[in-house]
Amino acid sequence: MKNVFKRAAKGAHVPHHKNTQNSTTVDMPVPAKILLPMQQHIGAAVVPVVKEGDQVFVGTVVGQSESPLSAPIHSSVSGTVTALGEAKMPNGTKVAAVEITSDGKQTLDPSIAPPQVNDYDSFIAAVRASGLVGLGGAGFPTSMKLKLKDLSMVDTLIVNAAECEPYLTADNREIMENSDAILAGIHAVQKWMGIKNVIIGIERNKPEAMDKLFDLIKGEQGIKVKPLPAVYPQGAEKVLIEVCTGREVPRRGLPLNVGCIVMNVSSIAFLADYLRTGMPLISRRLTVDGDCIAKPQNVRALIGTPIDDVLAFCGGTKGDLGEVITGGPMMGVLIEDTSFPILKQNNGVLALPRNEVLLPEVQPCIHCGRCIDCCPVGLSPCVIAAGVDANDPQEVDRLQVDTCMECGCCTYVCPAKRPVTETMRRAKVLQKKAKKGARGK
Amino acid sequence: MKQSVLLAKDAPHIRDNSSTQRIMLDVIIALCPAAVASAIIFGPRALLVIGVTTFASVAFEYLYCYFMKKENPVGDLSAAVTGILLAFNLPSTIPLWIAVLGSFVSIVIVKQLFGGLGRNFANPAIVGRIVLAVSFAGRMTAYAYPKFDGGVDALASATPLVATQHADLPLLQLFLGAHGGVLGETCAAALILGGIYLVVRRVITPTIPLAYLGTVAVISLLAGQEPLVQLLSGGLMLGAIFMATDYATSPYTLTGKLVYGLGLGIITCGIRFWATSAEGVSYAILLMNLLVPYINRHTLQKPLGGGKKK
Repeated sequence: MKNVFKRAAKGAHVPHHKNTQNSTTVDMPVPAKILLPMQQHIGAAVVPVVKEGDQVFVGTVVGQSESPLSAPIHSSVSGTVTALGEAKMPNGTKVAAVEITSDGKQTLDPSIAPPQVNDYDSFIAAVRASGLVGLGGAGFPTSMKLKLKDLSMVDTLIVNAAECEPYLTADNREIMENSDAILAGIHAVQKWMGIKNVIIGIERNKPEAMDKLFDLIKGEQGIKVKPLPAVYPQGAEKVLIEVCTGREVPRRGLPLNVGCIVMNVSSIAFLADYLRTGMPLISRRLTVDGDCIAKPQNVRALIGTPIDDVLAFCGGTKGDLGEVITGGPMMGVLIEDTSFPILKQNNGVLALPRNEVLLPEVQPCIHCGRCIDCCPVGLSPCVIAAGVDANDPQEVDRLQVDTCMECGCCTYVCPAKRPVTETMRRAKVLQKKAKKGARGK
Repeated sequence: MKQSVLLAKDAPHIRDNSSTQRIMLDVIIALCPAAVASAIIFGPRALLVIGVTTFASVAFEYLYCYFMKKENPVGDLSAAVTGILLAFNLPSTIPLWIAVLGSFVSIVIVKQLFGGLGRNFANPAIVGRIVLAVSFAGRMTAYAYPKFDGGVDALASATPLVATQHADLPLLQLFLGAHGGVLGETCAAALILGGIYLVVRRVITPTIPLAYLGTVAVISLLAGQEPLVQLLSGGLMLGAIFMATDYATSPYTLTGKLVYGLGLGIITCGIRFWATSAEGVSYAILLMNLLVPYINRHTLQKPLGGGKKK
């Protein structure tokens, strides 16, 4: 199995906080207004295809792009386009955004009908039209992931149900509430892409969901459930592939290089629902939790709903609020302006108290090596940090910092409370600069 | 710990509850059994020596940082650890001014002049011991010899290692530390107890001590020496558990730690069996400390997917 001489890769024992594990998803009411930023995926931003004053319906396409690395964005309400403007994304960039005022009727767009799928190409076309992106958090356009030059490249589909981030239980609820769709989605991918082996990876801290999955695959050929240790980050793509198949994705490579496709469990269930109903990605399940949330629960919110509405629906915030983030506490994004909308790839909204998120005083590195032991991809963060301090691009390149996925383990475990993950991001920038310089010469 | 008012802007947004201070406190706790044992074996003067070096170390650290206008690092407790470890390397009969001088060497010369916590090239307490040993050879080997029928024989007496043919000393007595030596090294039982605490608290992994002790045992066997006597004599236990596992001066990875432990064992045995000096633990640790950057460079773990060269 794991070669400890090669890589410790112990991960981090983060707290689980799966408080909302048994909270049945509640549908949120239709918001008065939604805001749809034209970038809700990795890749090229889409371009608005509606004008101010246009009448739109639930499922009407409002943003499109020719780029294959993108996904169309649909209106999640019926109503009127009231503004075409810019939205400031949490990372500070500005992208075009469409504001729609709801008429409250939720009239369906007449074009919504189950897609006609009869071969691989029409399957990919349907996936693209659905607007699906990876729902686990990264937001990679699914049609791009599934579109292969040669289908024989892939022999294994890995369904990611690890949900390794603390607090989040949205995928867990997907399994509990929508398991038939998961199976249907797996079957659809298997059928149209000719994949024989399917492995569903799930952390052991979700025993009920695990039992449900084992029941689900009874009598199925080629589908396995793989229980994973409850150590963060089992759900990281490359880690999951290694644990499930023993294959190692090469440096700068993709899962495809080792014959794998990894899809989030909620993505795969959505895919089945879309093929059945033709309803594009306009809503998603969110875990709303954290010590500052009055009523922690799982909700189904329309894409574009202001985060303020989500917080208000869950009883508002209480206590000494430190910060609101979307996603989990390890990789989630700080939301400074809570009028910002819910995006396709958000799987949770957390309100954490001040004392949990205060930046502790940074102390000198004592070279304890904990960041090295826990790094799931086997990097040596404190050695890379020394390379950053020395402003040495060759050194950080030699140490392969590009493999870092910024999972946050190193910062989490650091006893000197150093912002190690942040330093890894700086190391990557340094590495890229070195590459550019080398090409320029 | 002092906390700033800034909130975590970048992920991750949460941290575990470990801290440098807690790690150092754990080391101090782990050293307590041996400190108690030293007081029982060598009398209350052992505690006086421990107190003086600890106080002097903390004071030198504070004063150095005060005059150099650096932030006061005393709260991280690392100077206290160095002070206790230095005392453990001195005989209980040591004149106190020599103990203070040792603290100065450890803290100011070895630790602070190289940049403070985490930047020292060698274990400060080890260098402190070596400097004192070469400067005051006689006083550093004026071992008290415990006499349980009343008082301590303050006359210089041979440690088990010096009295090479002393193997008649019962193993149990060696294990409990009722023999001559510097004040913290004799009671193997207390040191092992502290080591187990450190492993349970995950402050250290047992890799380095086990590799070190294992190597010594094997070489002793090959050299026709009694392995258990070798393991329980001299500064080996103290060095293997507390000095060789110092974070800044030991390798990061499992492979690195094994190489390091192996090197320590070979050098220690080499000095003990075939050199003029009776004891080699401190020189072994110093020499291997110097090699740690090279060991680290060649034993880093292989990143996922980056094992093969194209």
